[in-house]
Amino acid sequence: MIEIDAVTKVYGTQTVVDAVSMTVPSGTIAVIVGTSGSGKTTLMRTINRLVEPTSGAVRIDGEDNRALPAYELRRRIGYAIQGHGLFPHRTVAQNIATVPGLLGWDQKRIANRVDELLDLFQLDPAAFRERMPHELSGGQQQRIGVARALAAEPNILLMDEPYGALDPIIRAKAQEDLLAIQARFGTTIVLVTHDMEEAIRLGHRIAVMDAGKLLQYSKPADIIAKPATPFVKELIGAPERPFRLLSLVRVADLAEPGEAAGAPLDAGLSARDAYAELLWSGREAAPVARDGAIVGRVRLQGLAKQAARPS
Amino acid sequence: MSAGLVVRAIALAILLAFLVAPEAFTPVFAPLTERGAPAIYTQADMLALAMNHLGLVAAAVVAATIVSVGLAIVVTRPFGAEFLPLSRSIANIGQTFPPIAVLALAVPALGFGAAPTFVALFLYGLLPIFENALTGLTNVQPAVREAATGMGMTQRQRLVQVELPLALPVILAGIRLSTVIALATATIGSTVAASTLGEVIIAGLLTNNVAYILQGGLVVGALAVLIYDAFLWLERALARRMGRTA
Ligand SMILES: Nc1ncnc2c1ncn2[C@@H]1O[C@H](COP(=O)(O)OP(=O)(O)O)[C@@H](O)[C@H]1O
Ligand SMILES: [Mg+2]
Repeated sequence: MIEIDAVTKVYGTQTVVDAVSMTVPSGTIAVIVGTSGSGKTTLMRTINRLVEPTSGAVRIDGEDNRALPAYELRRRIGYAIQGHGLFPHRTVAQNIATVPGLLGWDQKRIANRVDELLDLFQLDPAAFRERMPHELSGGQQQRIGVARALAAEPNILLMDEPYGALDPIIRAKAQEDLLAIQARFGTTIVLVTHDMEEAIRLGHRIAVMDAGKLLQYSKPADIIAKPATPFVKELIGAPERPFRLLSLVRVADLAEPGEAAGAPLDAGLSARDAYAELLWSGREAAPVARDGAIVGRVRLQGLAKQAARPS
Repeated sequence: MSAGLVVRAIALAILLAFLVAPEAFTPVFAPLTERGAPAIYTQADMLALAMNHLGLVAAAVVAATIVSVGLAIVVTRPFGAEFLPLSRSIANIGQTFPPIAVLALAVPALGFGAAPTFVALFLYGLLPIFENALTGLTNVQPAVREAATGMGMTQRQRLVQVELPLALPVILAGIRLSTVIALATATIGSTVAASTLGEVIIAGLLTNNVAYILQGGLVVGALAVLIYDAFLWLERALARRMGRTA
């Protein structure tokens, strides 16, 4: 659990982070979203002490994060940044091995861990271990950046606009991977982005920042349904609200007994994509399939009801 | 093997042959002498002169590298930033002082021989290495620096594991310049009785023997070109490995 307690950061006369308090429960993803310059990065950096707050405190599992020397704290917290920050003079394997090396793991354990992570990110260890970062595509560099952050099995992972430089398809894939990894290891993740779409897609909770202030910190459904300020509402995009609500649920959650004609939809599909598919194929309903077997159907009407403002 | 490499290998072979057995080259230099003057300098062993020359240069450049890179490290740390202008001035003064003046001033203090020459070469070597080390250390990408700190490296680990390796190609370029300057400047060390290849040139000037002058000049020139190329090759190999073009 990460507790940010009344953290303020002042640079000169500018209050960059203004009395922000928020708690990230263990094993959840909190996404900090806001316009450029709103203080997201600064706030996130107070967690691993790349920024020392002017006032306030950050506690990790109840312990003040100043209890340890900063470098020891940072070795326990994964850190992945935009533009990945890979070390250009080190191979992929050496990059991933950075924190285990600092922690003094033995060579065998490090080598095993490197291969395990490359496998996890669907990169063939034999082909990638000895490559240099400049020999990788942008998407591969980004994956190595996250693999490096996860190398020493941290409980906490901080990510600053990790997908900012990726094209939409690679980005969607990377987001899927992150959700899978998070579900598998139960890592507590704090992720910074300026993209509300990404925030809704990834966050168990979303923190909206503007001019250093935390405007709202809630579950995505609440952010969409009950924006705390006009700014939050604008950030979500009023015309997008019904679709954003739909994107929070899966077809499986809305399936009902019954039959329907035409190609089935996968149970894991988001309700938003299902809605688009029904509109596009001109159907009132479609069968829902899980692992190839029909488990029910979804109807346009049911989806539309889901998209309406919650009462 | 590229044509350039072949040319260099041949140059190196000729150079070594000349240093080991200069008399064998008598037919080459004889046409340059007049009135039966000797064609090949034999007052001292050519190989020994070359080794002394290189040794003096190497010692001075190593010392200059340690001091310059050390200074550059200090002034690029937060606590040393205020010394940046001062250290720049000192290195610049080292450069603007004519080497002959350094020799003239150093001789009364250090006596004749290798010591005053070493001082001159050392002072001359400082600035290029310092400037390049400064460039290399300050040009490390902020994202890379931040990643290093964010991973939990201490200041020292970041310097040794990230900043210095990334700056190395640029620092090597500085060392290359200093080495070449020192190779040439070391010849004037012979005027204060340092045993270098300058001895051959000065003997040639004193006795009006063009063959001597040419021998000394060619040996120093060949050494400089070969060493320059070796450094350049190393710098490029390192830079390529990092995905940079240098
Ligand atoms: N080290 C610093 N010194 C002075 N101002 C800073 C520093 N870091 C950030 N700022 C300022 O703080 C504000 C918020 O920055 P940042 O947290 O990076 O915003 P965001 O990540 O939301 O874009 C910006 O106006 C930025 O210029
Ligand atoms: Mg930012």
